[in-house]
Parts: sequence; structure tokens; C-alpha cells
Amino acid sequence: MDKKKSNSNVVKFNRWGYIFLIPFFVTYIIFSLIPLFSTIYNSFFENYRSGLKQIGPNFVGINNYINLLSSPEIWKYLVNTLIMWVGGFIPQITIALLLAYWFSDPSLRLKGQRFFKTVIYMPNLIMASAFSMLFFALFSDSGPVNQILLSIGVIKEPFKFFQYVIASRVLVMLMNFLMWFGNTTILLMAGMLGIDSSLYEAAQVDGATASQVFFKITMPILRPIFTYVLITSLIGGLQMFDVPQILTNGRGNPTDSLTTVIMLLNRYLTSKDVGRGGALSVFLFVVTGILSLVVFRMNSSKDKD
Amino acid sequence: MKKKVLGLLLSTTMVAGMLSACGSSATTTETPAAETPAAETTTEAPAAETPAAETTTEAAAELPADEGKVLNISAWNEEFKSRLTDHYPGYEVVDGTTGKIGDVTVNWLITPNEENAYQNRLDELLLAQDSAAADDKVDLFLVEADYAVKYTDTDYTLSVKDLGLTDEDLKNQYTYTQDVVTDSNGVIKGTSWQGCPGVMIYNREVAKEVFGSDDPADIQPLFSDWDKFYESAGKLDAAGYDVISSTADTFRVYQNNASLPWVDGTKIQVDDNLKKWVEDSKKLADAGYCNTWGQWGEDWSKGFYPEGKVFAYFGPAWLIDFSMAKDVEGSIASQGGWAATEGPQGFYWGGTWICAAAGTDNANLVADIMRKMTCDADIMKDIVLKDNDFVNNRPVMEELANDPSYANEVLGGQNPLKMFCAGADKIDMANLTAYDQGLLGDFQTAMGDYINGNYATYDEALEQFYTLALQRYPELTR
Repeated sequence: MDKKKSNSNVVKFNRWGYIFLIPFFVTYIIFSLIPLFSTIYNSFFENYRSGLKQIGPNFVGINNYINLLSSPEIWKYLVNTLIMWVGGFIPQITIALLLAYWFSDPSLRLKGQRFFKTVIYMPNLIMASAFSMLFFALFSDSGPVNQILLSIGVIKEPFKFFQYVIASRVLVMLMNFLMWFGNTTILLMAGMLGIDSSLYEAAQVDGATASQVFFKITMPILRPIFTYVLITSLIGGLQMFDVPQILTNGRGNPTDSLTTVIMLLNRYLTSKDVGRGGALSVFLFVVTGILSLVVFRMNSSKDKD
Repeated sequence: MKKKVLGLLLSTTMVAGMLSACGSSATTTETPAAETPAAETTTEAPAAETPAAETTTEAAAELPADEGKVLNISAWNEEFKSRLTDHYPGYEVVDGTTGKIGDVTVNWLITPNEENAYQNRLDELLLAQDSAAADDKVDLFLVEADYAVKYTDTDYTLSVKDLGLTDEDLKNQYTYTQDVVTDSNGVIKGTSWQGCPGVMIYNREVAKEVFGSDDPADIQPLFSDWDKFYESAGKLDAAGYDVISSTADTFRVYQNNASLPWVDGTKIQVDDNLKKWVEDSKKLADAGYCNTWGQWGEDWSKGFYPEGKVFAYFGPAWLIDFSMAKDVEGSIASQGGWAATEGPQGFYWGGTWICAAAGTDNANLVADIMRKMTCDADIMKDIVLKDNDFVNNRPVMEELANDPSYANEVLGGQNPLKMFCAGADKIDMANLTAYDQGLLGDFQTAMGDYINGNYATYDEALEQFYTLALQRYPELTR
């Protein structure tokens, strides 16, 4: 009897939990789930505007997908996106690991930690588009960077950053790195601070070197956080849009090699092409899913060793 | 019981928190909710932006029932606004985005052209025209030649004849300005106050230094065709000057002299003259005679100042009057340091047409604005004298062309109108399509990369042009 009563009390109390969850689910369903399914639904239709004339929606089966996947440019844009993501992510994770390690190591007794933690996070507070405009002005043909280089005699002619594929890609990578390394540092630091300090002390007693401590203790324990950082960054990277879009005014030049997948989605907007846009979104969704799974598997299988 | 009270208290706090939007995760996800309806009903936004305008108009209810109280004008820059402010009788400025004509509030919906934003907004406004509230309906909108067909060839635009403009009113306009806004059935759907024949605008100082004279009669023979143009560019380069700021400057000249329209049926076609532009530009850029940056950027416009070391720009009257920094001290224009000559080939560039939107509730006023701004000889003459624009009125322009007292300050006192008049008569607008704007932009993007050496061959760049064009217009084929 007693037991039953307490049980129903638990159920009653749990009710509040469900009530608290309602706002999330309602907003999630309205603003994420329904759009997700309507995107998939729309991707099977020919539906765009020619001038002011609406064409469709006509059901075309998987034609949008066939056209999209058989065109060479989508693969090019996917590769562009991945190159620019990887190029930004490698320095980002390296610097972030290093900084997080220094910040979380009590034996270093770094001064002004709070100050530096704030400063490295700063670039993330600026809007990506503003950051991108800033870089465009800095590195333009008659911009300050060129003027400095000219005046110290490194170059004789202004270097046209935005006319070389490598230079412009490096700029995008640099921006992504600058914007996100602070954020990553803070995430990794949170993970490192959670590691039991007795492990470090034991390692010290056993005479482990600093690099041994890092690779044998810090990294394995940090792996879940590390995987999380990697996957969120991958998802964010695949959706890269604002920085190259603003930097190249939507053209993705030189030679379309700064065009990311989402920039192609933006180009479909001229004709309000819901069908092709839907197919592209679903494609990106699938690619993101697969890559995330691969990254996740890679990290968890190592765990078992 | 206690738990119930606690639960109730907590949930109230949560709901209160949601309402006051203080940043819980639930409220963050809700923010788009507030944005979405706003985006869907763009038509309402302009009215909401000018609450002052609305209240004033509500007070003025004496107008006939068939007349609207708000005149919405959709534009992409301030040019027409300043023309209307300066030259339309009875126009009063209220603030940056509103004005008044009699009891009617004029509401300016200005959206920049960048990334197609102007047309995107106009499309939404026109498509929602039937359901929009009377004060939100677009009454007048502006279009450019590059995409005029997109709007005139639909029922969203009114015929000027239906608005009461007669052949007599329109007889002094240049024919090409009417061709641009004539739909496929031969009905004129808009009207313009300006004509845009282009000329080569060159720097007098540089001309004197390099060619020994700044007289257009001496300079013209040196630039009378593209081969001579290239030869003279070499001389300028030797003296440290760029012949033009960017290869983009001559694009319009070649494109206007193309004989094929961009699209035939649904097939994209590239005229031989455009290929010639690519080849000539490549030659100029490779020789270092000019740069390749995009128009309107900071790098491009630095030639408006003596330090920019640019010899010439190609453009019509509005470029001279509106864009060459004549109000900025130290610019070449402010010192009257430019001169105009015909250059290698005649061309036109730009121009703004006024169209009346179907469903307007201010038809009489719209017709009157059209009549006064584009047909009234006195007002149009005034525009030329005050703003140096080239107006769309043959007798006025020919009178001024032969008037020795008319002088353009930016051009150092030269009277360029004879040149413009001759140019305006030669303009042929038969080749317009609804896709021009997108296609010529994509063509320049792709070819710009070839000129910069990022594509090895013209064919590779052409391939890229087709790729971009088909991304933009799914209905076209190659």
C-alpha cells in the first residue's frame, strides 16, 4: 500500500518534468521538425519562379537529386568546404589544446588567466560577416596589409590576395581559426579541469615526462570532449557560409574555389528554387550524418584498445 | 501539497521567463518565431517603419475614396528621390524615407541592388499586391534595362496609355527608352526621364602630359577603335598611367555592340563581340595596362582622384554627375579635370525607368509624376541645367547641345551634349531579355577569372559561365 502511494507520487512529480519539456518540444517541432520534413517533401518537386511566373510545383521524383549529384560542381563545392574547414580546424585544435593545457595546468601558475581567456574568445563575439568585411578591407589591393608590405619592401607590386585560390582560401581558414579557437579552448579546458589531479600527481611520482602525461593521461580522458568538439566543428564547417559569402560577394571566386555547399543553396534563391534547394539540403544532411558517424566511430573504437 | 505549490511556482516562473524572453533555451529557439512572420509579410514592414507617415495620412481623410493616401515608391538608390524632390512641383521632404505631395504621403522603399535584394523585395511586394492593405500597395517602382523585361512583360505593370499618357506626351522621348519598356505585345509599360548614351571620360591633365593635348578633337583619333585604344594604352602605361581602371569598364561598350540577345528561346548564347571583350581585356591586363577589380569598389574608384593614375572611365551622363565624387574636395571632378569623347564604340549604360504597378490606388498622381518628370520639357530642361543629367527629351537636348552657354563643370566647361545626342539616336535595344542582369554578371565573374589567369583557356571560363548561369536560371539550357 505504502509502496504504491510513493510510486504514484513519483509519477505525479514526474508530470512537472514533462510540462517543463513542452516548450522545447513545441518549438522544436514547429521550427525544426516540420521544416525538416517539408524540405525532404519539397525536394521531390520542380518548384521555382521564372521572373514573376511561378513554375510548378510539379512532382519529378528523384530528378532533383539526379541532377544535383551528376553535376560536377556539387562535389567541387563539397571539397572546397572540406578543405577550408580542415585548414581552419587543424591550427584551431592545436592552438586550443595547447592553450587549454597551459590554462588548466596548476603548476604553471599563469598570471592574468581571466584576461587572456576573455581576449581569445573576443573574435567570436564579432559577427562573421563583419569580420569578413574587415578582412576584405585589410587585404584588398590597396588595403593596409599591402601598404605595410610595400613600405617595408617585402613586395614591389600590391599582392592581389583575392585573385589567387590559395591566398583567398588561406584567408578564409585564418578567419575561421581566429573566430573559433577561443571557443574550442574553453570547451577543452572544461574537460581538462574535470580530470582528477591525483592522476597527475601519481604520474609525477612515477617520473612521467610532461609529454607522457599529456598523451597517456590528458588525451585519453579528454576523448569524449574531444569527439564532441570535432563533431560540432565538422557540422559547423560543412555549413560554412558567411565568411566566404561576404568575402567574395557570393561569387566564390577565384574560379569558384571558395564556393561552399550552402553558398550554392543561396544562389538558388535568385529563382526561388525550392526543389533544387531542398535536394541540396537533404544531400548535405546525409553527408553531415555520414561524416559525423565516421568521426564518432573512429574515436570510440580507439577507446577499446 | 508542498510539492504541488513548488511545482506550480516553478512552472509559473518558467512561463514568466518565457514571456519576458530572458534567454532560457526554450526562448532562444523561439526567437525565429518573431522573425518569420515579419519576413513573410515584407509588405507590411515599410508601413511599420514609418509610423509617422501613417498617422498623418489617417488624419487627411478628405481625399476621394478611390485615391490612396500613401504613394509607395520602390527604388534601389536615392537618384529618383532627389530628382523628385528637386523638380516635382509640390514635393515636400518629411524625413529620410518619406515626403509629401499635397495630402499624399510619399513613402520610399529603398533596397540596394546588391545580391539581387532589390528585385527580391519588389517581387514579394508585387506578388502580394492584391492582398496588401491600400496603404501598403506599391504604386510606382523603378527598373533598369537589364531586367525591365521581367516586369514589363507581366500584368503587374500598367500600360502608360491606360494612365492617360498620350502619343503626343511621349513623342519627344528617345525611341530606345520606349523600346526597353515595351512588352512582347508592343505595349509601352513605363517611361524614363533620362537617356544614357555613354562616352569615354578622360583625365585632361594626363592627356596633356602624354598626348600633348586635352582637346577631345585630338584625343578621339587616338582611341577611335580598339586597336588604337590598345596602342595608346601602351603609351599611357609607359608614362605610369592605367588607360582604364578595370577591364570591367569596357564591358558595356562591347556588350551593347553585340548582335545576339543573351537568350534565344531558352538557349543561352554568347555573342562574338563578348568574346572579343574577353580577348582584348586579357591583352590589356596581361600587358599591365589596367587592373581587373570589380566596379564600384574602393580600388576601382580611386582613379577619381589624381593619385589613382587612371586615364579614363567609360560612362554616361549619370556617372559623371552622380558617381565621380564631384562633391569631394581633391577629386578630379571637383576641379573640372575631366573631358569627354566618343571613344572606340558608342554604347549606353544604365538608366532608370518608372513603371506603374497594377493595383495602384494613386493612378492619377502616378500619371502626373510620369508626365511631369518624363514629358514636361521645362522640368526636364531644369534637370539638365541643375544636375547635368541627360534627359529623355530630344528637342530639349538638341537645343542645349547647340547652346554655347551650357557648360559641364566636371568636364572643365565642355558641352558634351552633342556627343550624347548623337549617341542616344544610335542606341538599339532590340536585344534585351529578362535574364540579362544575371547572365552578364555571371559572364563577367567567370571571364574575370580567365583574365586574371586563374583559368588557362577561354573555353574553361565559358564552361564556368554556363555552370553559374544554370544555377541561377533552372529554365535555361546551353
